[in-house]
Amino acid sequence: MTDITNIDELINQRLDALLPQKLEALLQAREEAKTPSLAIIATKGTLDWGYPPFILASTAAALGWDVTIFFTFYGLQLVKKDISDLKISPLGNPGMPMKMPFGPDWFRGLNWNIPNIIQAGVPGFENLATALMQQTIKNNGVAGLEELRELSQEVGVKFSVCQMTVELFGFSHDDFIGDLDYVGAASFLPVAQVADVTLFI
Amino acid sequence: MNFDKELDARGLNCPLPILRAKKALGELTSGQVLRILATDPGSVKDFAAFAKQTGNELLSSAENNKEFEFYIKRK
Repeated sequence: MTDITNIDELINQRLDALLPQKLEALLQAREEAKTPSLAIIATKGTLDWGYPPFILASTAAALGWDVTIFFTFYGLQLVKKDISDLKISPLGNPGMPMKMPFGPDWFRGLNWNIPNIIQAGVPGFENLATALMQQTIKNNGVAGLEELRELSQEVGVKFSVCQMTVELFGFSHDDFIGDLDYVGAASFLPVAQVADVTLFI
Repeated sequence: MNFDKELDARGLNCPLPILRAKKALGELTSGQVLRILATDPGSVKDFAAFAKQTGNELLSSAENNKEFEFYIKRK
């Protein structure tokens, strides 16, 4: 009787010591074999907010990750056929430096502190700010939004589009580029559930 | 160092050097070497991370006169 109890105790002790190590090794092997995944919700439709989803998605795909972007609400602007008309607004955006992309260095270094009331009141101010931003983007060797979008699709980023907001805003599928999946929240959530990284942009 | 293909990513900014490198590596066969030239200061850490994540070996990473030179061996 005593012997059996002793053996049981010994087995338990050995198992307690060995199991965690085995489990740890198995879990680590599984983690290393897994393809990382990224799920992004893109909700903004301005030039500046268009960059983060496409930069992160294309880079992640280049690193070998599985990537899905779910475009919804104003994010629909990012999958329109023509995105050359996307704008940037400095209005109510005190974090945006207002610098000129031309002229001598001292001039480029100036930060133009323009009051909101002028930004809001001067016709065409947004167009001017957008033109200056696009020049700055070119000067810095930063990719155009359309190029980044193409590169994202080329490296295998999956584009999902919220069908509800397509209808809400009166768009038709003809307004958008090809290779899009028109889906609802119920299709995106299971993708996000198993993703290692999920971002709301 | 010998290389099989060269990518001039000078003047390009994040994430273009990485995306172009990924594409260029795709055109090589296993064991071949890609030489990359870049001017983006962020590319030093980015190419190290890229190599680590993708399993393509970063053979060398050097800077001379604000230009960066990388050699990556296709896995």
